[in-house]
Amino acid sequence: MLEVGNMFKSYEGKPLLKDISFQVGAGETVCLLGASGSGKSTLLRIIAGLESADSGQVLFNGVDLANTPPHLRDFGLVFQDYALFPHLNVCDNVAFGLKMRRMNQDEIDWRVANSLEMVSLTGFEKRQVTDLSGGEQQRVALARALAPRPRLLMFDEPLGALDRTLREDLLNELRTILHRTEIPAIYVTHDQEEAFAIADRLLILNYGMIVREGYPADVWSNPGTAFVAKFLGLGNIIEGKRISKSSVETILGTFTVDCEHQHQNGDKVHILVRPLEVQNEANVIGGVVTDVNFQQQRFRVTLDKGLYFYLNQSPKIGEKVTVKVKVECLT
Amino acid sequence: MNQSVSHKDTKTRKLFNYSALFVSVWQKRILLWFAPLSFLIIFFFLPLSRILLLTFDISTFTRENLWIAINVLGFTFYQATLSTLLTLLLGLPAAYFFARYEFRGKSLLRALTAVPFMLPTVVVAAGFNALLGPRGLLHNLFPLFSFPFIGTLTAILVAHVFYNTTIIIRVVGNALSSLDPKMEQAARSLGADLFRVWWNVILPLLRPSLFASSVLVFLFDFTSFGVILLLGASRFSTLEVEIYLRILKLPNLSLAALLSITQLICTLIFSILYARLVSRSTVQIAPRSAKTNIRKPKLFREKIFVAFFIFILSSFFFLPLSALPFRSLFRLEADRGQRGDVQPGFTTDYYKELFVNRRGSVFYVPPIQATLNSLGYASATVGLSLILGFPAATALARPTRLEKILDPLIMLPLGSSAVMLGLGFIISYGAWLTSPFLVPVAHTLVALPFVIRTLQPAIASIPQRLRQAASLLGASPFQVWKTIDLPILRRATLAAGTFAFTISLGEFGATLLISRPEYPTIPVAIERFLSQPGGLNYGQAMAMATILMTLTVLSILLIERFRLPNSGEF
Repeated sequence: MLEVGNMFKSYEGKPLLKDISFQVGAGETVCLLGASGSGKSTLLRIIAGLESADSGQVLFNGVDLANTPPHLRDFGLVFQDYALFPHLNVCDNVAFGLKMRRMNQDEIDWRVANSLEMVSLTGFEKRQVTDLSGGEQQRVALARALAPRPRLLMFDEPLGALDRTLREDLLNELRTILHRTEIPAIYVTHDQEEAFAIADRLLILNYGMIVREGYPADVWSNPGTAFVAKFLGLGNIIEGKRISKSSVETILGTFTVDCEHQHQNGDKVHILVRPLEVQNEANVIGGVVTDVNFQQQRFRVTLDKGLYFYLNQSPKIGEKVTVKVKVECLT
Repeated sequence: MNQSVSHKDTKTRKLFNYSALFVSVWQKRILLWFAPLSFLIIFFFLPLSRILLLTFDISTFTRENLWIAINVLGFTFYQATLSTLLTLLLGLPAAYFFARYEFRGKSLLRALTAVPFMLPTVVVAAGFNALLGPRGLLHNLFPLFSFPFIGTLTAILVAHVFYNTTIIIRVVGNALSSLDPKMEQAARSLGADLFRVWWNVILPLLRPSLFASSVLVFLFDFTSFGVILLLGASRFSTLEVEIYLRILKLPNLSLAALLSITQLICTLIFSILYARLVSRSTVQIAPRSAKTNIRKPKLFREKIFVAFFIFILSSFFFLPLSALPFRSLFRLEADRGQRGDVQPGFTTDYYKELFVNRRGSVFYVPPIQATLNSLGYASATVGLSLILGFPAATALARPTRLEKILDPLIMLPLGSSAVMLGLGFIISYGAWLTSPFLVPVAHTLVALPFVIRTLQPAIASIPQRLRQAASLLGASPFQVWKTIDLPILRRATLAAGTFAFTISLGEFGATLLISRPEYPTIPVAIERFLSQPGGLNYGQAMAMATILMTLTVLSILLIERFRLPNSGEF
């Protein structure tokens, strides 16, 4: 379906995108995850045709889109601030793309009703968009993008302006809708929870480069680099030195870990210590408790060296504890 | 649904070559600027350069010319300074009065004080004439209290105060009501008495807005034309009036050019000063809602103060405006050539006479023709200024380096006077003066800055994302303009158009110089009627001024309704 190849883009002399290549398959939701400034929004705008790349191509079903203006690409984009047309009501906003495609009125009515039903806004047709709440506005924006049944849907931090519970609800609905309609989608966000919740496949961007690509479960269990592990908040990351293919020396002691593949002895490496206690592990970390924080059936325990763990029982502050942990090797 | 169908759609639509639509940013800018810039170059900068050339002719700098120029410049400064001081004298307490007190009918009174600012000078002059002139209400009804008014410096000063007080009320009043009352309270709690609070806290905080509004008032007084010509009865000459006289009455074009350039330099200096002061006064300390400062008068002295100001302001602003329609409907003196006793009383003769083609009248066409001319010119001005204003405002709404240079150039006609525009036209396009089309061109020059300043914030207020969203939903660039820009800009366009309409209706200085005698506009007709003897002519002047005032007030009401909230003032 969509293919992005060797995309470069710089802005005012600073490189923004460096050799980006990826694909989106039929019915697939690909999530671009990156901090602000990582170039993910720019990438989306290039795909939409709103900006042009310095080099590289955007192909859809093998057709180069370089000379196709945005209004003929048949892509849908949902903006972070919704970009609803303030002079049109809900119905006319949703019908906009259909009217531009010169559909007949019956078809328009049917599709508007259908799209509004999909986002649970039936009955809102005649409301002014300026009178809606943030969540409702985002639903209208989604319905508007869905109504013309675009070949590809793009989401630019669509839930960024909403509060947490609303975000979770909308995210679930969105995933259902995307699976039901089977429209391929690109979803841009900086929020890793959102990304894991929605993505069929993840692309992690850092300073304009794709640093990790894969299925969410794979990325989670095997982040690969310290950057990705830190960005995804997978656990404690400790710098150390490889002293053999199965042990790394750190300021917290020497850990037994499989570092066979990536490194030479003496290399600087990072290890990831997941914050969960794992039975039958040889590696043990000990320390004095400095903070205990109750979090839904478990306790977030911070030790004196800055490490944190989720434990089932609450130790006292000042107490000395030891935790059995799983350790992984990162680059 | 069938994705195949939508694919086919895109393919057939792709048969057109759309790459032609991808013009570069610069090409787009040139397209946008071509018409407005050509217009300005042909009708403003070229005439301006002709005036400059004329000025720097050796024969211009004779002793006599310089002597006249210095004298006129001196008087212009003198009357502008006096007018500004008097305006402050009324405006400052009035600003305080509006900013601090709540009373019934406040918004109405506030609107009343703003009406003169938009009224054509001929209407204001006619209004004062109807109230205090030798044929006016006071003289006819209470001859004992009558005093010479027309042709005195007092008349000029009073009219200037009448015109510009609203500027002080608005600018200083806004600053005053946005002051944090806690600052006043803090000063009081630190031991400052009421006087010290004003002197050490409030006035220093108001200083930028005070200076800015004073400079603006001074600028308007400095370039005043109609007021001085009509109420000064040719006894006083400011730069603007002298230029007019040196073109039509005592022709000396090189002196007129010298005076024009002198005036342009002065207004430019004041405009720059004003721009500086405004940019400084907009740095507000914690802007806040204006509500908290406003209260109802409670103490006895507060009640006296409020009652006094309601009386002063309503009579000062209401009487001249109401004298006009009143005088246009009541016969108080003999018509020309009428003998015997005059029956003073209600009459609609003056309005009926407007439709009569009278041989003895100033024109050989019915005076109502002037109204039709005015409406025609105004419509042409609206069309022309919108056609030129839209592309310029679009470019200015998203400024590049180019716009930073062009913006002040576009606004420059504001700084030049109407009479000077007329002079430029006469020097450069004298041969075309026989055709009526130069009048709407001159009016467009005056109106264009206002039109652009009204459209520009509205265009800028449309987020680029709306256009992008429309585009992604399948709207072509033209469809984007039609379905997004146009509906959203409808109100602003109406406001801008009404602005141009009002300006054209009331424009006096340039029209007086370039309009053909057989195509008079309402203001020109009023001026001619006023300068003729006889009660009938006077009555017709009043009738026409009343029509003009009504049209203008209606337009102002329309503008207020169409204006975007927060679009700011010009």
